[in-house]
Amino acid sequence: MSFISLLWVLLLGSLLGLELIGKVPPTLHTPLMSGANAISGITMLAALTLIVKAGENVPLLIIGSVSLGFALFNVVGGFFVTDRMLAMFSRKPSNKK
Amino acid sequence: MNLPVIIKFVIDLLAVLLLALGIKGLSKVKSARDANRLAAFAMSLSVVGLLSYYLGTSGIAIQSWIWIIIGSIIGSLFGAILAKKVPMTSMPETVALFNGCGGMSSLLVALGVAIFPVSGGQENFDFFKSLINEVSISVSIFVGAITFTGSIVAMAKLQGWLSTPGWTQSKVRHFVNIVFAVASLIAFFDLINGNTSSIWLLVIVSSLLGIGVTLPIGGADMPVVISLLNSYSGIAAAAAGFVVDSQLLIVAGAMVGAAGLILTQVMCKGMNRSLVSVLFGGSLSAQSTASSGSGEYTNITSCSVEECALTLEAANKVIIVPGYGLAVAQAQHTLREVTKKLEQNGIEVVYAIHPVAGRMPGHMNVLLAEADVPYEQLKEMDVVNPDFPATDVVLVLGANDVVNPQAKNDSSSPLYGMPVLDVQEARTVFVIKRGMSAGYSGIKNDLFDLPNTSMVFGDAKKVLNDLIGELKDLGVGDK
Repeated sequence: MSFISLLWVLLLGSLLGLELIGKVPPTLHTPLMSGANAISGITMLAALTLIVKAGENVPLLIIGSVSLGFALFNVVGGFFVTDRMLAMFSRKPSNKK
Repeated sequence: MNLPVIIKFVIDLLAVLLLALGIKGLSKVKSARDANRLAAFAMSLSVVGLLSYYLGTSGIAIQSWIWIIIGSIIGSLFGAILAKKVPMTSMPETVALFNGCGGMSSLLVALGVAIFPVSGGQENFDFFKSLINEVSISVSIFVGAITFTGSIVAMAKLQGWLSTPGWTQSKVRHFVNIVFAVASLIAFFDLINGNTSSIWLLVIVSSLLGIGVTLPIGGADMPVVISLLNSYSGIAAAAAGFVVDSQLLIVAGAMVGAAGLILTQVMCKGMNRSLVSVLFGGSLSAQSTASSGSGEYTNITSCSVEECALTLEAANKVIIVPGYGLAVAQAQHTLREVTKKLEQNGIEVVYAIHPVAGRMPGHMNVLLAEADVPYEQLKEMDVVNPDFPATDVVLVLGANDVVNPQAKNDSSSPLYGMPVLDVQEARTVFVIKRGMSAGYSGIKNDLFDLPNTSMVFGDAKKVLNDLIGELKDLGVGDK
């Protein structure tokens, strides 16, 4: 992948993000922020790549592993906490009379 | 192209599509929960894609597996535990913490690649070969470090572990931050020139810059900062994508970066603040003390809980305006009990949600949803504002600046132009508040001086509990 095409990817990805998020009601801003935050933990892929390519380089393996841990903390925690918030919205108003 | 490459390509494409659909779905209440799961699924899919690619090409060594498993288990476990245990009121600082860790991850990847040029691996990936890689490593470190320290400071301040030091409100901080910024720039270019040792300088000064920029910012503006840092963590992920040459990372990072920017903008608009003044203006009260001269209240009416209960009992329509103070007092459940009683008495109850009520946009909705308030009763500002003249009683709970009529009437006020709830249009307004202290902005609230406003002093939770008792005595809701 050449650098220029990666830049295109960056540009189009940004535009996509702007478009997708432009129309969210304020109600969902906190869950959305939390969900988007979980997605930013996608750096776990970079950490995985690092570990796989580290070979026998133990310090690099450790750095990769710590990095993976931080990223997954972000991803798993982020998705769970978002789910917790959204579960409250979808709960049926059972005691409304 | 061989098979593993094709498979990875297809999976990556699918993952991007699902992530985009996920973010889109998060914009509607009905689909939000499924959308979140869809995004989580897309993330897992991307991991499977990456691992299968390496299994199909270079293979994955046993020691790599070991470290992958160690890192995954520890990270996921702590993340899941925190996500389950944390109270809903602490959501902003939790997001800040997760966000900081994402930044840390990008920082570590770039650092690892930069200081350990791989030699023993199956594939030699010498990232310092090209300028582009040096730039992406530097950006990843720079943004990652700022995201990390900035988020941690934001979290500590929201938790009350850190207060705002006095010197950060003076001009000194600009000087200090400029020094950090210039130093990181020097380290940045030094690194790009191939001087690997300046990497540590870059790590240190960009970390300090993250602290220096976040520390002076007051509690009210913190959500804006968290949102901005959320955007940064996306940028850091995209930069890490350039480091390891992954389009998927770049796309996802860019999407999150753009999302964070939009959210930041929305929050600023809701608070009538510009991003520049949030970042460089210091806390708002420091700016505004001079401008709002009429700082004294002249016509405060205070009343007892009993009077409040009597007025509520006689009302037909009640609007509740919840704010930050309600969240702090954890009184959302008690509030729900009060409104239940009123509803049982045939009184119409609606909650007016200002766009920045609570501690983040949408945070109040989450808190009220947690207390079982039906979603249909939450009305957004534009919807509810025309209703105030036909409303008998407004209960303002721990909200302040968002109900300040100054924003509409007084063009010299720093709040002027901020969208507010027109509570003063209602027949009677009760403001439940601990004391006469000002809101976030540090500005006097003209509402409190109005003849139809009565103050009920006390902690929100205690007042609401007393209110339940009084309503019970009046026989409200005993059916």
